[in-house]
Formats: sequence, C-alpha cells, structure tokens
Amino acid sequence: MTKPRWLLAELTYRCPLQCPYCSNPLDYVAHSNELTTDEWKRVFSEARAMGAVQLGLSGGEPLIRPDLPELVQHARNLGYYSNLISSGYGLDEPKIVALKSAGLDHIQISIQSPEKTLNDFLAGTESFEHKKAVAHLIKRHGYPMVLCVVIHRQNIHQMREILDMAVELGADYLELANCQYYGWALLNRDQLLPTQAQFIEAEAIAQEYKTRMAGKMKIYYVVPDYYEDRPKACMNGWGTTFLTIAPDGQALPCHEARVLPGLNCPNVRDYSIQTIWEDSPAFNRFRGDAWMPEPCQSCPEKHKDFGGCRCQAYLMTGDMYATDPVCGLSADRAKIDAAIAAANKDHTAATSRPLVFRHSRNSKIFVEKSQSPH
Amino acid sequence: MSDTPPPPTGNHGQLRSDCRLRFSPLHRLQWEDAQQKYVILYPEGMVELNPSAAEILKLCDGRSLDALVAALEAQFNASELKNDVTEFLEVALANGWIRQHDD
Repeated sequence: MTKPRWLLAELTYRCPLQCPYCSNPLDYVAHSNELTTDEWKRVFSEARAMGAVQLGLSGGEPLIRPDLPELVQHARNLGYYSNLISSGYGLDEPKIVALKSAGLDHIQISIQSPEKTLNDFLAGTESFEHKKAVAHLIKRHGYPMVLCVVIHRQNIHQMREILDMAVELGADYLELANCQYYGWALLNRDQLLPTQAQFIEAEAIAQEYKTRMAGKMKIYYVVPDYYEDRPKACMNGWGTTFLTIAPDGQALPCHEARVLPGLNCPNVRDYSIQTIWEDSPAFNRFRGDAWMPEPCQSCPEKHKDFGGCRCQAYLMTGDMYATDPVCGLSADRAKIDAAIAAANKDHTAATSRPLVFRHSRNSKIFVEKSQSPH
Repeated sequence: MSDTPPPPTGNHGQLRSDCRLRFSPLHRLQWEDAQQKYVILYPEGMVELNPSAAEILKLCDGRSLDALVAALEAQFNASELKNDVTEFLEVALANGWIRQHDD
C-alpha cells in the first residue's frame, strides 16, 4: 500500500462565486459543520507524518476562513508545499503579504473568461477587474502564479483570448481545465459540453501557444474525457496518492466520492488519518484490481487507467463498479455518446434551459429533494 | 503529480559558462524523510531526484559552472565530471529548476 502524497483540504464550501460548473456537491449546504482550526492542524500533522507533501488549500473559497494564515503557517512548519486554490475574489495586498510571511508557496486563481461580461455572468458576481488586479499583485510579491480557466461551451471560442490574457498577466502556469462533468457541471452539461469540432480547434490553439511560450509559461491542458476513447487514470488509482478532506471532516479518496452510495466515508473527527488511509472500507473499496469486472479485469491497460473514474461510472450507469463509460470497450459507451448528442443540439432555441448557478438557495433545493420520501 | 521530469522544451537549455547559477525562487528543493530522497516541489507537482542530481542542485547558490564542477570534484574526490554535470544542468535549466544570472 502506498502512502498519501497529496492532501486536498477543502476548508469550506462557502464561496462568493456561483460558477455553474462547480465540483462541490449539489447538497453542500447540508455539510456546513466545518472543522475547527485545531482539527485542521491535526489533519495536516497526521497526513504529513505519513508522507503527504503537497497541500491544496481549497474550497469553496478558502479565503473565507479567517484562520487561513495560521493554517498556512502550521503547514509550512511541517514542511508542506502549500497551494492556495482560490477564486482570487477577496484577495488583497495585505492578505497576500500576510500569507507569504506565513509561508504560502503558491497561489492559483481562476478566471472564468477573458471578457468581463461573460466572466461576471459565469461567476455570478462582478469580479473580473478585481481578479486581474490580484493576479498582478501575486506576481509582484514573488509567488509562482497559476491561472486556471475552466473550459466549456460558453467560453471555448475565446481560447486565443484566454491564452493572451495569461501571457499579459505573466502567469507562470496556465491550467486549461476542460470541464469535468460532476456536481453542478453535470447538472448543466447540456449548456456546457462543447462540440468535438470546438475541442479540436481549441486544442490546436493551445498547442500553438505551448510551443511559443516554452520556457516562459507552462500550459497544462486537461483533456476532455468524453471525447476520448480511454478513461482518465482517475486519482492515479483509488487510495494510492490523493486524500481529500471535506469541510465537515469527511475523508474522501476523491473529492467527488460523496456521491457514491453506501461508501460511508470516514470522518477525521472519529479516526486518525492513518486508520482512515490504511483500514477504512471506503479507502480499500477500489484499491488494486480485485474489484474490477470485465472488460477491465482482463484488460492489458487496467494498470494504466485503473478502470477510470468510479464517480463517473456511478453517475452515468448507476453502478460504481462498472467500467468508466468513457471507455470504448465499455458496454455503456452509448450513454456518453447520447450525452454528447443532447448537448450538441441547438441551445439557442427558446426551449433551452437556463444555467443552474451554484448558490445556497439552489443547494437547499437538492437537500430537500434528497430528504423527501420517494 | 508527476514523478518523472518533463522533457526539456525548446532551446532554453543553453548553459553559458560565464553565468552564475541559482536555484529557482519559484521551486523548492527539500529532503523528504518518507521517500528518503530530495525532491523538487512546485505548484501542484513534485520531481523526485537521484542523489547526484540533488548534490548538483544544492550547489546552485550563485556560483559559476566551473566553480560548481570544482566543488563537486572536491566533494566526491572525482575528476572529469564536467560533461555529466553540464548535461544535467541543461535539463534543469530547461525545466526552470535553475536560473542563469549575468551578475
């Protein structure tokens, strides 16, 4: 059994933005009992003792936690490389300086679009100019700056402008994250999934900049798995590398794993990180390959992609053990093709459903739905 | 997280002998007890180093290539290290782990 290397600390589900592709659970308002400062410190210490070295401070918007500098300081003392994964909204120069002196290593901010109107529409908040100013401040204070842009049908036509914006802001890394369809993004998939032709065109533009900016800006291109023939090697294999702790202390083998029914993820309030990692049924459920059904079990590629994503298998087929339906060898591949066809219909028609934004009012509706008798 | 260094890109691996070499301020070089090796840490990534790579990078403190080679040869009581060291430093430069400075 390998040890965790990556600890993703989702400090809070609270967020000032309302992005309709958010990966947080639909019923996030039901999980608002956040860990305390001391509980987070214990989690950091225990995971570090097992060998975790990369720490993601995420959310929601992690800046909402007033104890963020204290947590960063604790992480630095333990020897973590700490990554603040933020919208940038709410960040200002005093906070940037305070986090730097606490030992923060890097800040990633997300921008929704290089065009103000679309950015502010997708974020559900007027935030564009502020985020650009924050990007400049991050650079001025000597942090490596990662700009993250989630790519979907509403902004994929702006690929060239997105890349130009990253160059102008002096990003050291640009993450072009093709939207993954979980949580709120799955809900809005018909409005978000681009066509294959759009993907091909956007990818060519990204490749052109990759060559031109070599040595100056690293471009990570997250592949859109719906248009692939093989699944992604999700989480580098279940329970091998990644440990996510949700705001309420739930320990998750991947940040979407809450959707899997009956997984019963353990809570750090009840168990040590070592017990959770090594002994919990949830973390052992999909370790190795004994759990795999066909066609994965006899597949020569099973140690390359680990059967793909368990959450995607469950969300698309209803069976969390199934081969990821993205795979061309899956009996359920037709379900992905049907999703592509549905999204590729003309949505400018008057019947087109509006985007469902991620905010507490909408989340409460999902909580009520899940609690009502069927 | 990648365990293998990305391949060098473009011609940014051109090492100049008249420059001072410094480890990049945008990366961190650190000993990891759990892995019993030095690693380079950077935004959301990590590269595991073999012992000789780590010794070379630890000496990127503002000295020149020749001074670095001389220090290594003294440290390990060896000679003729320059070609191997240069080859690795070009990879390091291309990956942004070190920087060249004129002053």
